[in-house]
Amino acid sequence: MSSPHARAGDRTARVMLQVALAAIPGVLALVVYFGIGVLINIALCTVTALLCEAGVMKLRGRPVAFYLKDYSAFITALLLGIALPPYCAWWLPVVGSAAAIILSKQLYGGIGYNPFNPAMVGYVVLLISFPVEMTRWVGPGELIMGSPSISEAFALVFGNYSIDGFTRATPLEIVRLNQSVLLSQLYETEPMLARGNLAGFGWEAVNAGFLLGGLYLLYRGIITWHAPVGMLATILLLSLMFYDSGSSLSEGSPILHLFSGATMLGAFFIITDPVSGATSNRGRLIFGIGVGLITYVIRAWGSYPDAVAFAVLLMNFAAPTIDNYTLPRTYGHKAPRKATDVEEQ
Amino acid sequence: MATPSYGEITRNGLWGNNPALVQLLGLCPLLAVTGTVVNAIGLGLATIAVLTCSNLAVSLVRHQMPDTVRLPASVMIIATFVTCTELLMKAFTYELYLVLGIFIPLIVTNCAILGRADAFASKNPVLPSLVDGFTMGLGFTAVLITIGAVREILGQGTLFADMDLLLGPMAADWGINVLGADYPGFLVAVLPPGAFLVTGMLIAAKNAIDASIERRRSQQVKVVAGAKRVRTTGKIT
Repeated sequence: MSSPHARAGDRTARVMLQVALAAIPGVLALVVYFGIGVLINIALCTVTALLCEAGVMKLRGRPVAFYLKDYSAFITALLLGIALPPYCAWWLPVVGSAAAIILSKQLYGGIGYNPFNPAMVGYVVLLISFPVEMTRWVGPGELIMGSPSISEAFALVFGNYSIDGFTRATPLEIVRLNQSVLLSQLYETEPMLARGNLAGFGWEAVNAGFLLGGLYLLYRGIITWHAPVGMLATILLLSLMFYDSGSSLSEGSPILHLFSGATMLGAFFIITDPVSGATSNRGRLIFGIGVGLITYVIRAWGSYPDAVAFAVLLMNFAAPTIDNYTLPRTYGHKAPRKATDVEEQ
Repeated sequence: MATPSYGEITRNGLWGNNPALVQLLGLCPLLAVTGTVVNAIGLGLATIAVLTCSNLAVSLVRHQMPDTVRLPASVMIIATFVTCTELLMKAFTYELYLVLGIFIPLIVTNCAILGRADAFASKNPVLPSLVDGFTMGLGFTAVLITIGAVREILGQGTLFADMDLLLGPMAADWGINVLGADYPGFLVAVLPPGAFLVTGMLIAAKNAIDASIERRRSQQVKVVAGAKRVRTTGKIT
């Protein structure tokens, strides 16, 4: 709906609810393979995010209910809750979503003004502050004699029950840490890769779930294809170039990179953020390509197994520059070279 | 320019024109070494010493200094006192000197010091310059210590840890575990982003306090509703 007939005042809320709806298949896959940890994370993040949002709104003298009803804080909390490792201690989601809402969103002026993606800021604050806790992912239930039960889950999150018995290396970590073994051998010996089809048991289903949700968002016109296609095509191209048919130094197959880690979540739910991303379609394409490039470079040669959050934040820095050089041509005018050029009258 | 009164100089140095919170000068050491209280105090004391001495010296030679070489001459004077401080720290607090490392010699480039030398000491008599240098240094140190305390508590859960680096063995067990022994440590507070965040929060807090003082002051002269109409031309006091 565009300007002359715009009358949908709650458009933000409707878009946000569609995004939440689209996240259901991915979250469902996370629950099926990794247990209910992700739901506890989402609940903790949501409560903290809404409290922080309401608190800041009260301090700023703005109507609290009006801003809570746009669901943007809930979406931030949802995405952060999905990204955090399941069954992590309760204070990780609490600190992360407080950082996301207060530091990254409200300090910059609230919804529509944040230059960085709030969920990813929350995630990165946690990742660089608590690297040990943030890199302990539980294995899929079938590989570890069953996911934690509900009582075990609450003991893990709120008690001091050790998570060590449940954790397994993620597929990206396995490929990274075994640089002296042929990929084909890894796929035979590592249960995580052997049980899965191509990109790791459980992980490929989760990514397929988010891909499905992303296609729904595309179908509903909530997002455009430019950013996701840019990111996924870049990762595909780079992983093809450095696959070298699976030698011990291989960086992993294209399927592994596309369907493991946070690839699909990032491509369809994170980099399509209308506020912190680029604005024009051409800009979105470049933004996506940049995220894909940085993600792959850090995965292959950096010191972290996955890098979608870092890539998104780095490209958030670049988004204003991208916008400046990708100004769309206004009908009846010559194509501008960049937005900061003053057009001659 | 008339020399301000001592009270005004002190108020400016400590609060109104605080080098760290208002002038935003000397941010490099401010951000780099405020991970713990002991580092903050060490660098703060060194800065006070250099700032006081350099203001004194610059003020003494202000009539002999040609305008064209004003800045190089000031820098030479400052560098002299920084070298003295560095050697003193090497002699008496060697461990702390090792911790602070390059940031002691870098005091030479601290804009807060050159700024005071040029903006105040080169234009004012000796005694006001001395007071200005000391209070500015004190204001800077107070901010350093506040940031250091917040970052130490958030980052490591301790306060006054390793004070023996500065004060000798008698301060060895001054460290307090504020947040308990099994606090995991919020690493981001120790890293550079934490320094920026805490500094930003302090600046915001100072502005908020100033605004509330201003609001209270303006409320006192508010005209009471229902008062008789009065002539409003001219200044209402």
